[in-house]
Amino acid sequence: MGQGLTENFWRKLHSLSGVIPVGVFLTFHLFLNYSATWGEASYNAASSFMMNLPFKIVLELFVIFIPLAFHAFYGVYLALKSKNNVNRYHFFRNWSFFFQRLTGFIAFFFVIWHVWETRVQVTFGSEAGFSMMHDIVSNPISLILYLIGIVSAVYHFTNGLWTFLITWGITVSPQSQKTFQYISIGAFILLSFIGIRAIFAFV
Amino acid sequence: MEAKKSIRLLITRQIDLHSPSYEEEFIIPYRPNMNIISALMEIRKNPVNAKGEKTTAVVWESVCLEEVCGSCSMIINGKPRQACSTLIDKLEQPIRLEPLKTFPVIRDLMVDRERMFEALKKVRAWIPIDGTYDLGAGPRMPEKTRQWAYELSKCMTCGCCLEACPNVNQKSSFIGPAPLSQVRLFNTHPTGAMNKEERLAAIMGTGGITACGNSQNCVEVCPKGIPLTTSIAALNRETTLQSFRNFFGS
Ligand code: HEM
Ligand code: SF4
Ligand code: SF4
Ligand code: FES
Repeated sequence: MGQGLTENFWRKLHSLSGVIPVGVFLTFHLFLNYSATWGEASYNAASSFMMNLPFKIVLELFVIFIPLAFHAFYGVYLALKSKNNVNRYHFFRNWSFFFQRLTGFIAFFFVIWHVWETRVQVTFGSEAGFSMMHDIVSNPISLILYLIGIVSAVYHFTNGLWTFLITWGITVSPQSQKTFQYISIGAFILLSFIGIRAIFAFV
Repeated sequence: MEAKKSIRLLITRQIDLHSPSYEEEFIIPYRPNMNIISALMEIRKNPVNAKGEKTTAVVWESVCLEEVCGSCSMIINGKPRQACSTLIDKLEQPIRLEPLKTFPVIRDLMVDRERMFEALKKVRAWIPIDGTYDLGAGPRMPEKTRQWAYELSKCMTCGCCLEACPNVNQKSSFIGPAPLSQVRLFNTHPTGAMNKEERLAAIMGTGGITACGNSQNCVEVCPKGIPLTTSIAALNRETTLQSFRNFFGS
């Protein structure tokens, strides 16, 4: 009778995992990248601090990998269960719903590619740091894919923040949902700016 | 404005659930102040299609003719709404009529909305008052609550909100927004609140509240202006608190 591991539990966990830890990590990651705008040395200092955290593998596994994998695979499953109807219903929220799923798929493939090119290559012996990213984004096609990937991930996170507040029953009144709609749009612009400026700093 | 001499209707028809659907065009004489039902009655009087061929009358369902029973719901020019309260004079021609896609077609524009009534049973959308003796009067409802609860009680199970919901489809078992809002209604009623946990338990399972993805189409299309997304968000809060109570103890 609604006890134990219900769909309610898994879906709310999915919702939470998108914000904590995945969304928080995304924000932190973009801020760290921004240090590249201060020059190669600043970025390398910031990233080596991250690289040398104690129990790094445990942190990576439990703060990033497992929550992200859970969110992503469950997210794909959820997205495939929706039947988008933006052609019939042109409401703003319906477009947001559509883009939430579209950007989820983009983020899915982008994250796999990005992890393959960076974290996995480091395991194979490549040296992490500014020059690694510089080599990647000096290819214009890669740069464009990075821009799409970053903006998609940011959209997905900031719009997801808005739906998270509803999924958990925090924003109930239409007025509070409207207020947080503006905050979510503001966060989208801000984080996109930080992400885009950072990636251009590597070019 | 010059009076229109005739009305063109394009109707999606289907003999039964297992037959393929097809479109048939009708041209009927214009009268002022017609609604979709009176246009369909005109076809029934003289079932001849636009090509001049004799055909069968178009089947539809209607009861109240004043937008309170929900039975005449169909897709009119792409939008789910009630045939009885949709005026011909306000529509662009040709007028396209299709059955709601969420429900199995019985014939032509008549669909079987049984799944909505099943959902109401599943979420226990009623107030149990029967006892072996007279239980007496129940607690009173505050007037302020009654005012918004009344709005929720206007739901006529028409199905427009399910039709517009991207998460109500063949791949999902989502019961849809209307029965969720009814849970909020019956949980708000002071006597109904005595069985609150049962209703919350019913919507916390598969196909329940968390199958909603917040597209908010439902609230946009509801002909009764029911604040469905407010109900959903309020129930999200209730189910969150209930799951804490279930695990940690109340
Ligand atoms: C870049 C990392 C990601 C972050 C920061 C993130 C964040 C979020 C957040 C905060 C939500 C809102 C939860 C809610 O509505 O209750 C969400 C929902 C969602 N995410 Fe993600 N997500 C990420 C990756 C992904 C991936 C890779 C997918 C795969 C397609 C995905 C699919 C979804 C879906 C489908 C929803 C909507 C669920 C619903 O409302 O029914 N996400 N995400
Ligand atoms: S909530 Fe509105 S749209 Fe949905 S069934 Fe009830 S009256 Fe119809
Ligand atoms: S808000 Fe939820 S219930 Fe309403 S149309 Fe969107 S997905 Fe369906
Ligand atoms: S006939 Fe009852 S709503 Fe149209």
